[in-house]
Amino acid sequence: MTAIESTFKKRAQAAVANKTLKAAIERTASTAEKKRAIAIAELPDFSNMRSCAKRIKDHVIANLDHYLETFERNAVASGAKVHWARTAEEASHIAVDICKMAKAKRVTRSKSMLGEEIGLPHALELAGIECVETDLAEHIVQLAGERPSHIVWPAMHKSREEIFSLFKSKHEKPPVSEEIADLVLSARRDLRQKFLTADVGISGANFLIADTGAVCVVTNEGNAELTTTPPKVHIVTAGIEKLVPSIEHAFVLLRLLVRSATGADITQYTTFHCGPKRPNDADGPEEFHIILVDNGRTQMLADGMEEMLRCIRCGACMNHCVVYRQVGGHAYGGTYPGPMGAVLTPVFDGLKQSRDLPHACTLNGRCAEVCPVGIPLPTLLRQLRSRSWRSGYEPWLTKANVSVWAQFAKRPKLYHAVSKIASKVIRLFQKNGRIRWMPLAGNWTRHRDLPAPASRSFMQLQRSRHKENGS
Amino acid sequence: MMPDQKPEQFSKAKNSPSSPRIGLFVTCLVDLFRPNVGFAAIKLLEDAGCEVFIPKSQTCCGQPALNSGDVENTKTIARQVIEHFESYDYVIVPSGSCGGTIRTHYPEILADDPEWTERAAVFSSKVFELISFLTDIRGISTVQARCEATATYHDSCSGLRELGIKQQPRRLLFSVEGLTLREMDKAENCCGFGGTFSIKYPDISNAIVSEKTEAIKESGADLLLGGDLGCLMNIAGKQSRQGQKVRAMHVAEILANMSDGLAIGEED
Ligand code: SF4
Repeated sequence: MTAIESTFKKRAQAAVANKTLKAAIERTASTAEKKRAIAIAELPDFSNMRSCAKRIKDHVIANLDHYLETFERNAVASGAKVHWARTAEEASHIAVDICKMAKAKRVTRSKSMLGEEIGLPHALELAGIECVETDLAEHIVQLAGERPSHIVWPAMHKSREEIFSLFKSKHEKPPVSEEIADLVLSARRDLRQKFLTADVGISGANFLIADTGAVCVVTNEGNAELTTTPPKVHIVTAGIEKLVPSIEHAFVLLRLLVRSATGADITQYTTFHCGPKRPNDADGPEEFHIILVDNGRTQMLADGMEEMLRCIRCGACMNHCVVYRQVGGHAYGGTYPGPMGAVLTPVFDGLKQSRDLPHACTLNGRCAEVCPVGIPLPTLLRQLRSRSWRSGYEPWLTKANVSVWAQFAKRPKLYHAVSKIASKVIRLFQKNGRIRWMPLAGNWTRHRDLPAPASRSFMQLQRSRHKENGS
Repeated sequence: MMPDQKPEQFSKAKNSPSSPRIGLFVTCLVDLFRPNVGFAAIKLLEDAGCEVFIPKSQTCCGQPALNSGDVENTKTIARQVIEHFESYDYVIVPSGSCGGTIRTHYPEILADDPEWTERAAVFSSKVFELISFLTDIRGISTVQARCEATATYHDSCSGLRELGIKQQPRRLLFSVEGLTLREMDKAENCCGFGGTFSIKYPDISNAIVSEKTEAIKESGADLLLGGDLGCLMNIAGKQSRQGQKVRAMHVAEILANMSDGLAIGEED
């Protein structure tokens, strides 16, 4: 067992034992599951929309170079500055440099998983720049010194009581009660002045519109608008897979994104940014930077993982995942949790370190069933498992077990002879048809009984019945 | 087929030329833990006018290797299963996950092997899970069976999502005399088995199966049915540890009127 694997197991074990966490996850995820089901049922033709969305994404990914160039050309024409980053480090360097050029002391950031992926909050901190998270849930997570546990609800692991005591200790004017309205008011008070005094605003992007060079950001709190409008400089960080040919295509995806994420028809705020402030505009940033981030994405194309690039970060796969629902997002240890995280974390952080994530899945297929862009997540997880096997990352004991078993499975006569003996031995441990404990079966019998093998196998019984029948 | 691996024909009657010839892949779990499911499958298939053969050379479909990432061994096992079963009109499997492995994943893993691509594709089109074969291919809509029980049906994931098995078992169960079907909450939720997952991540698996047994208890059923022995052993094992009195059986046993014996995990 590698150190990281045991870390994952430890985290998962602790999470499973944590009843408060379980209640918090269940509350949000089960609501999301129900709302999504209603929203999808109301759509005239979900499967058609899904295949349309899938085709749009596949088309863009197959013609990535073309759309990247088109986007860059149009963005530059609108007055934006476009930067290219191959790695996470490069991307956060570029962002920090822009902040330094602007002599920024304080930056505001609206929720962006890519920002987390490239380690931007940390890079800003190292550069001595204050980074204020403006999404309510991100604000909570930042105050608590934690990381997001869900890509749509970063603070879903926190109970209202925990948030109340957090705000009480961290806000200048603490909330007057545990009521949601009071908590929101308290956060708003705390954030409002920071919005207006920030030097740079940093956002992510839900879509990059190639034919106009515009960037589309959706939120439910309006914090992205306050993050990106008042400061003099607006930086967008976006993965290159966010490209779509035109606004029409963005809307096809947007309809699916919102329904899959929250079950709503549309987000409260859907904003398109196209270039910096123009001469007659009332407001807007003077500088508009777009950092296009690869960070392993083109490698995914080369590695046969291109289907993952369709992901629109809706979170439906984790809301419907039996494992995520038990362990929550932090157990996964990467930026992205749940099924999509189990595919992405090995790409971003290395398969060797995170080889357990693709295994921590029952391959039940529910995630692929709900994914609005039809990503075959279990297939990709299987792919990662076999890559890990080939690369020699699997623990030797697993390899030995499977290899020995396979030697028998490939030799039917031997297999039946050995399994006859094994059944006899296993039956020694049975009482009333069940085994409560047996050497080497502790991981099974720790939590449940093992039904005893039959005294005679089907093959044995069948052979004797066959003989009795005299044929 | 290898000479020393002559299949054993089990069917006695129904040798009419029009009877489809079935190669029954009993699965390793049924072979070792629940032979009755194999006999139930034979009866159901014969009642549906099929001639059933049980190739001696069968072992396991290869899922433990496939799900561990051991592609080479999976390929060898897949080729072996294809060789031993491809001469039959149909290959029938009393399990959604083994059926799914053979039908869906064999062609995938052999796709890069030009000698086998076509062969695997042809083969996979003949592979069916038992219950869906009876209803969808043989057009069976009722069975002659009796079972006094209130049953609840767990939809195993591979059967449901890889093979589209949902209504087929329920439709046949409706014709079982004395049986009442009562749906549990979230019947489509995974039971936390996942093959080797249950052993690699016992605590997560336990948390998941505990929700399943809770839902079964809530349903008020006294009999749990399903189409996959792995899931049934997982759930029945948890129920027995919790001291629950719900019995567990494979759906084929009920449909074949072989439900008066011992349930899963009862002394034999
Ligand atoms: S993998 Fe699919 S379901 Fe999961 S976040 Fe991405 S788009 Fe949504």
